[in-house]
Amino acid sequence: MSEPAPTAVDTAARPAHPLRALVLAGGLTFEREVSLSSGGQVMEALHRARVDAELHDADAELLPGLSAHPADAVFIALHGATGEDGALRAVLDLAGVPYVGSPAAACRLAWDKPAAKSVVRGAGLATPDWVALPHSTFRELGAGAVLDLIVARLGLPLMVKPASGGSALGAQKVSRVEDLPAAMVSSFAYGDTVLVERFIEGVELALSVVDLGEGPEALPAVEIAPESGVFDYTSRYTPGLTEYHAPARVPDDVAARAAEMALAAHRALGLADLSRTDAIVTPDGEVHFLEVNVSPGLTETSMFPMALEAAGYELGDVLTRLLTHRAGSTR
Amino acid sequence: MKSSEIRALFSVVSRPEVVSLAGGMPAVTALPLDAVGSMIGDLVSGMGAQTLQYGSGQGDPRLRERICDVMALEGITDASPSEVVVTVGSQQGLDLVTRVFIDPGDVILAEAPSYVGALGVFQAAQARVRHVAMDDDGLIPEALEEALQACRAAGDRVKFLYTVPNFHNPAGVTLTEPRREAIIALAEQYDLLIIEDNPYGLLGFEHEPIRALRARNDDRVIYLGSFSKTFSPGLRVGWVLAPLAVREKLVLATEAQVLCPPSLTQYAVARYLDTQPWREQIKIFTELYRERRDATLDSLQALMPAGTTWTRPDGGFYVWLKLPHGLDAKLMQPRAVAAHVAYVPGIGFYADGQGREYMRLSYCYPEPDRIREGVRRLARVVEAELELHETFDAVDTGTFTAVRPSGAGPSIIGPANSDRSGDQA
Repeated sequence: MSEPAPTAVDTAARPAHPLRALVLAGGLTFEREVSLSSGGQVMEALHRARVDAELHDADAELLPGLSAHPADAVFIALHGATGEDGALRAVLDLAGVPYVGSPAAACRLAWDKPAAKSVVRGAGLATPDWVALPHSTFRELGAGAVLDLIVARLGLPLMVKPASGGSALGAQKVSRVEDLPAAMVSSFAYGDTVLVERFIEGVELALSVVDLGEGPEALPAVEIAPESGVFDYTSRYTPGLTEYHAPARVPDDVAARAAEMALAAHRALGLADLSRTDAIVTPDGEVHFLEVNVSPGLTETSMFPMALEAAGYELGDVLTRLLTHRAGSTR
Repeated sequence: MKSSEIRALFSVVSRPEVVSLAGGMPAVTALPLDAVGSMIGDLVSGMGAQTLQYGSGQGDPRLRERICDVMALEGITDASPSEVVVTVGSQQGLDLVTRVFIDPGDVILAEAPSYVGALGVFQAAQARVRHVAMDDDGLIPEALEEALQACRAAGDRVKFLYTVPNFHNPAGVTLTEPRREAIIALAEQYDLLIIEDNPYGLLGFEHEPIRALRARNDDRVIYLGSFSKTFSPGLRVGWVLAPLAVREKLVLATEAQVLCPPSLTQYAVARYLDTQPWREQIKIFTELYRERRDATLDSLQALMPAGTTWTRPDGGFYVWLKLPHGLDAKLMQPRAVAAHVAYVPGIGFYADGQGREYMRLSYCYPEPDRIREGVRRLARVVEAELELHETFDAVDTGTFTAVRPSGAGPSIIGPANSDRSGDQA
């Protein structure tokens, strides 16, 4: 591997010994399996890059372990609540432990999909119209009346998904109004607030952003073409069920607008180091923001590593640079 | 929700915070581990020339003799070691039997619900599974006869009935004495082969084992046995007891698959049966499981919301629970994961998509206190899900005032609302 280029920010803080990284994976969330898979890929890449890395779950032994054997920087390969809602990062901040990725407050914002949509819309980006409501609203005002309003206002088809969480768990496209109540029930099993969004037909793109010390850089868009037509959990993590194109087969001007959108969302939400924005391109070439991930999947079928590869980067090299950049610097 | 999503949700089970009522893992730590350890050590140091060597495809003769002693406890007194084929767990036995008998498209009759590991084997063999109803007394003979007649009328070739007569997995129920007789009579009448899968038969809490189906008929019943629940599942030692003509085919099939079952684990089981108080050990197991069963049933009785029903097993590992009307155990699973309790959704125990309102609870592994905590969590999950259904089930979408496709109305309406986003943005 090539040695990471030192930057002005981290030179003073850089540890004198070889970099020692702690990779966090697992967690007690719906996405534990995905996280363990991401963690495995990260560990392999770091070992190939000859980084001294250790894998750890986010459990009761984490903080005592970090205190006894401090790491230079932590890489968070946790997906779902613990790793992405900012809570764990806030604790690492309290402990003065450096980590790669977005700060706690930005994660909290990105984790809350409706809140993130408001912010990016406020920044002038297109995002499908939506409404996000807790179960109590439907219970108190009458589910029929509220759903009636939603359908009247947003039309069909709709996307129904938990207001937070990744990997498309609990997300459903609803084309027939009679399927809507059941979709609400199954989405509410994942959390107390459900986001109902106007469904936008188009090409699905994963837009990765990485910041190697010189500012956020948009990586080539990855186009997602699931065999089933729906990019659900199974299509995401079963090799062969989805065709990916990196870079995406879209005109140059669309690719450029998509890249601008990903960078704008990354900045508007205050994200750092790495992110992945999911977007839809309509046939007229407009790019719509769907959601953003502060801890993008790094499994063998994940889009962030594909984007890195399409840009000519090595995963291990990028991870090493991100870790080196953060080593010694707390926030 | 697809099976890959269920598997994903299951991955949290390995975390100690989660009470798992999902897996069917026997309580192996109740074994005298030191004694078993030194016994296995001696088998290697003293008899390595045999125990680390290839063995016979049919299995070690000494073990097959001892297997006949074990089966005698359930009334099978006429079995000869020559009719026994040792397998890598009874799962391999089931796979061998299926390979020998099933051609793609053949029909297998199985209880509704049925053991998920069997359904996997049958699916791999491209068999069609037809479920036969059961109740608290096990498989219903009238339903079996109806199924046989329906298959006959449809020209379907029924190759065998697959049944778990004792402490059924997942239903927890046991086939009663009169029904055993009735089913054997039907087998005679309809020229039906029965695969009797009996891993739990010696784990009864209340009474002596009921005579096996195989004890009542030796040419229409192929019997599958296992040491996984009476000794150790990690050793993977099971067996098939089959008439000689079938045995020959099973041996050829097992030789093609694995050459021979592992010698060391066969010697370990034989030595265990020879030198350790294994009947007393089974009593230790059953006492432990009885205590856990009681913790499960008592907590369910005290905590589950009205409309929930469940079976009351008098042996084995499992309670089969039916949720209040309209609830779906699979769709409810994320809520259970968030509440740190795990179960197996019922749908996996059917070949035809039934079973959404059921779940299997295993009490074999967690300590009673953990079971009580797990059931407490589960009860809250069911209550929350009931509330959700109360909110949405009565919605009549037919009365909605305006249903139009996206984009057909006013083009941009802005966010209809975005709950707390105004505060946070």
